Amino acid sequence: MAEQGKQEYWRWPEGTWVNPGIDWRKGRIITAGVDVGSVSSQAAVLVDGELYSFSNTRTGSDSPDSARKALSIAMEKTGLTVDHIDYCIGTGYGRVNVPMAQRTLTEIACHARGANFMYGPEVRTVMDMGGQDCKAINCDDKGKVLNFMMNDKCAAGTGRGMEVFADLIRVPVWEIGPRSFQIKKEPPMISSTCVVFAKSEVVGLLEKGVPENAIMAAYCSAMAHRIMELLNRLGVHEKFVITGGIAKNEGVVKRLEKELGIKTAEKVWHKPAYKAYPFDTQITGALGAALFAEAMVGKGKVKSVRKT
Amino acid sequence: MIVAGIDVGGKNAHVVILKDGNIVAQGAAATGIQKAEAAERLYKETLHKAGLKQDNVGRVVATGSAGKRVAFADGVIADAAADARGVNRLFPSARTVIDVGAEEGRAIKVSPEGKVLDFAINEKCAAGTGTFVEAMARALEITVEEMATLSLKSNNSIPMNAQCAVFGESEVVSLIHQNVEKQDIAKAVHDAIAGRIASVARIVGLEKDVVVIGGMARNAGFIHSLKKEIGMDIIVPDDPDFIGALGAAEAAAAGVLERKVEAKS
Amino acid sequence: MQAFYGFQDGSGDWFIIIDTDKCNGCGRCAEVCPAQALGVGEDELDPLSGKHIACVTEGERKKIRYTCAPCQPGYGEEPPLCVAACEPRAIFHSEAWRQSFAKK
Repeated sequence: MAEQGKQEYWRWPEGTWVNPGIDWRKGRIITAGVDVGSVSSQAAVLVDGELYSFSNTRTGSDSPDSARKALSIAMEKTGLTVDHIDYCIGTGYGRVNVPMAQRTLTEIACHARGANFMYGPEVRTVMDMGGQDCKAINCDDKGKVLNFMMNDKCAAGTGRGMEVFADLIRVPVWEIGPRSFQIKKEPPMISSTCVVFAKSEVVGLLEKGVPENAIMAAYCSAMAHRIMELLNRLGVHEKFVITGGIAKNEGVVKRLEKELGIKTAEKVWHKPAYKAYPFDTQITGALGAALFAEAMVGKGKVKSVRKT
Repeated sequence: MIVAGIDVGGKNAHVVILKDGNIVAQGAAATGIQKAEAAERLYKETLHKAGLKQDNVGRVVATGSAGKRVAFADGVIADAAADARGVNRLFPSARTVIDVGAEEGRAIKVSPEGKVLDFAINEKCAAGTGTFVEAMARALEITVEEMATLSLKSNNSIPMNAQCAVFGESEVVSLIHQNVEKQDIAKAVHDAIAGRIASVARIVGLEKDVVVIGGMARNAGFIHSLKKEIGMDIIVPDDPDFIGALGAAEAAAAGVLERKVEAKS
Repeated sequence: MQAFYGFQDGSGDWFIIIDTDKCNGCGRCAEVCPAQALGVGEDELDPLSGKHIACVTEGERKKIRYTCAPCQPGYGEEPPLCVAACEPRAIFHSEAWRQSFAKK
């Protein structure tokens, strides 16, 4: 694991955004979704069902603190506080530890909802790869889950699998995708399915003098293959979208598209009004949770807990 | 007649040389990336220890995940068959053999004659192998030997949620941050893998005598956890990691030269 | 809706599959499971439906391969206890167990 003072190759940049076009004080229903993953945490705030703000942070060793941090960063400098929120839903691996949430929902339901909102009603298959899991979800035009398959037992085909590799070859995760294409010929994929055994294989390739970029290509290829196996088990239908951190790794995404023979949907907001807003694939879960909260309050299924 | 058995595994190679049925030399070495070369080197070194030359050896049988790569072997036998023969020579009363190496774990149901009746494998996943324990030892910043001794001091049972060596490492680090005693963590690691191995063994049925071999058998903490998990006594031979090679040597002595390997795909 | 509970790793796909449309939430599978790996609760994937159905308990999902092994799903003529107890035939195991026995 990374030590103090040593460069941390797995640490991707954190982010936050507030919608300049919305004044939350004029809104009727304010809801929030907090997705506490094993590796990253996100929060999304909606005002009357419109995206108001979101944050994307690294989960610390304490889940409740990570949840608080994610939400407070999403509300930073807006004047909004937890007391103004009508309903908050927690999701993700650490969902039981979201202290300000009124209830929790599985991230599978939230990702389907969130993807439907972000990419539009044509989405039928969502593949989400988080820090310690990978899930394939088929949904309908309303974002309701039709079936799903999840792997959170095995590090192969999860964000952690990519981070372990990045640490091993000492290349920052966000460079791996682009560099994996700076090669002469596509190499055979890493043959070990297990990340631990794959590490030995990578060491062997490094010792043989195989160029680093080619090794990155081989690893991305293997990861794409693992994901494809999971997806094919479930059945992939277009529009096919990828959410979570891995969507930012072109090395894996492009190879997956090639193996499936299906292109992933373009990373643009479905709603034309959102065109200029940043499109962060990691907020899908939190966004879905906030949307569920909005539906529940709006339909009178739950009571608002707003204090001010 | 002098025969040799060579077991080339995921991490280590073992050689056993028999002369008229008696062990005259044995050797072990890490295989590294160039497994075939390492195995050959080890074979020559072991022969040298016994004052023998390659020409003196009547027959060589190889086994192990990389056994096929031993070009000079007269025959190759399946890991399970080698394990069964090796254990049968030492413990004819054995009916269940559990072999946990660096990269594979297997359970074998053996006949009184040392034949394989049934087997189940845990492969392609580090969580059911010695690699899992090594990874956790690294996370605890101790050696595997220290981990074995430490775990025997613990009386607490903490469940491990992770079923993966990579996630397990994160879990161990998190337990350390929560100030859980290292001995309790060590025991939790052994309990976790013992649970998985026992489940694989239950597929073939746990019938006494149960003999555990392979590198992991040297880990007293693991053996203790496994005994508790299966609720039965366990026999661990001396040099448990040499039993595969011993079995291959036995096969050589018996004139067995199968070339078939366990159907794994 | 087919809910897959379990995992896929290098050794295969190890899932218990529950058809949530067929499942009536009777809980017989949970009663007969010797490992207490099954439970009945809110349909977590359709939280607005209010339906109660069977699922694999969270703690077991990552080790289901090992949990189910003693019941030998897919081996021999007899189905495992949970499958036998399910009247609407809503629960079944993935192929990996059967394939692992087929090697014999």
